[in-house]
Amino acid sequence: MTEITLTVNGEARTIEVDPRELLIHTLRERLNLTGAHIGCETSHCGACTVDLGGKSVKSCTVFAVQAEGAEITTIEGVATPEGMHVLQEMFREHHGLQCGFCTPGMITRAWRLLQDNPNPSEEEVRFGMSGNLCRCTGYQNIVKAVLAAADEMNAAKEAAQ
Amino acid sequence: MIPGAFEYYRPQSVPEAVSLLGTHGDDARVVAGGHSLIPMMKLRMADVPHLIDLQGLSDLSGISVEDGQVRLGALVTQSEIVSSDALAQAAPILRETAMLIADPQVRNMGTVGGNVANGDPGNDMPALMQCLDAEFDLVGPGGARAVKARDFYIAAYMTEREDDEILTGMRFAVQTGGWAYEKQKRKIGDYATAAAAVQLTKEGGKVATAAIAMTNLSDVPAFSEAAGAALIGTDCDDAAIKAAVDAMQGDIEPSEDNRGPVEFKRHVAGVMLSRAVKRAWSRA
Ligand SMILES: Cc1cc2nc3c(=O)[nH]c(=O)nc-3n(C[C@H](O)[C@H](O)[C@H](O)COP(=O)(O)OP(=O)(O)OC[C@H]3O[C@@H](n4cnc5c(N)ncnc54)[C@H](O)[C@@H]3O)c2cc1C
Ligand code: FES
Ligand code: FES
Repeated sequence: MTEITLTVNGEARTIEVDPRELLIHTLRERLNLTGAHIGCETSHCGACTVDLGGKSVKSCTVFAVQAEGAEITTIEGVATPEGMHVLQEMFREHHGLQCGFCTPGMITRAWRLLQDNPNPSEEEVRFGMSGNLCRCTGYQNIVKAVLAAADEMNAAKEAAQ
Repeated sequence: MIPGAFEYYRPQSVPEAVSLLGTHGDDARVVAGGHSLIPMMKLRMADVPHLIDLQGLSDLSGISVEDGQVRLGALVTQSEIVSSDALAQAAPILRETAMLIADPQVRNMGTVGGNVANGDPGNDMPALMQCLDAEFDLVGPGGARAVKARDFYIAAYMTEREDDEILTGMRFAVQTGGWAYEKQKRKIGDYATAAAAVQLTKEGGKVATAAIAMTNLSDVPAFSEAAGAALIGTDCDDAAIKAAVDAMQGDIEPSEDNRGPVEFKRHVAGVMLSRAVKRAWSRA
């Protein structure tokens, strides 16, 4: 076993992991953060997406030991004490989910996408979300939800100025 | 899917990493982004008792454009390639190619060094580096050496890199003229059925130089000198493009798999190359 320290959703966590342990298993089984899901286990579906050092990654294809010292945000860290994140609100409002299995990965990915590009076109949303698969929605409402969240966030920013 | 157990190392210098490779010999492998190696380890197709993580080696990072030369550190990710404006000026074909590799999450982890060192015929960067006539920098126990991308690939997963050498980066000239990378894939996240890299220059309305290399159509990337030669001196009309496609067919050896039979792959290879030549010419 190897000791590692991760900052997960703002909190420093020191834990013992097996070097062969994938980050998704560390998050789900050692830290009890079961928001990120395991879909394909083959780096394709994006259900396991988390934010690692400011970048979206598929945590089924990263060893926890590789993340030593890094800052990680999971879907559990996206909402604030005041309530749901705008993205979560917009996914609900625009029916961006049906079964909900892909949703934690979708929202965690979109959360980073909108920080990298606060004003994306529809095409940029589709390209930026192309590592996340959904078996239910047909994507239309996911794209709508992300675009609506971008509008809301930009409007809020403007109002604050 | 849990990989076999291994010891994990995170060296802080190239000599330390090389010495770890020397100590553990065949039992050791380096990991960069892990997006080719970890899937293989999960499938237990790769058994790696000693895993040496390169992420602490700062010498292996960074993109530089200086004195007409581009240098990419081995650890430069595909996302960094996409977002580098300096690179988009110096060799725009890199961004075009990187955008066609997998998806944002995979590009955030996957490195250019891992992509060219891997030796998987499906990887897109090897043919690109052959097209650019890049040189790969290797460091081993005996010191540093450079190998041309065009001489690097021996067979699937077999390259000129010795087991105890690390690829530190690659270099190529700042490019002028037109470029295109055309790739046919079945979906996002799929490797190429066929892909073509083209870089050419124009003088007096004629093709002055042309370099062509193909992806996933042999067990190694296929640089086709004959295809490039077929374009030189022409005005890139349909007859010249057909001659280039015919010449390229002599330099590939596709095999049948779930992406289709040999005849189909040869057909798609021709379509990709003619589209790439036309687009490169229009940008020259
Ligand atoms: C879903 C999915 C789709 C993909 N689609 C494509 C695609 O369409 N086209 C494409 O080109 N790639 C594709 N890839 C592969 C991806 O680009 C990989 O990231 C890349 O091939 C390897 O880079 P890496 O940094 O992840 O290497 P790793 O997985 O870390 O290493 C790969 C191999 O290279 C060796 N290696 C790595 N770095 C060095 C070094 N500096 N010196 C010596 N040896 C080294 C390792 O020991 C290992 O054997 C895909 C991957 C996934 C998961
Ligand atoms: S579970 Fe990680 S990409 Fe599907
Ligand atoms: S809502 Fe069911 S997989 Fe996306």
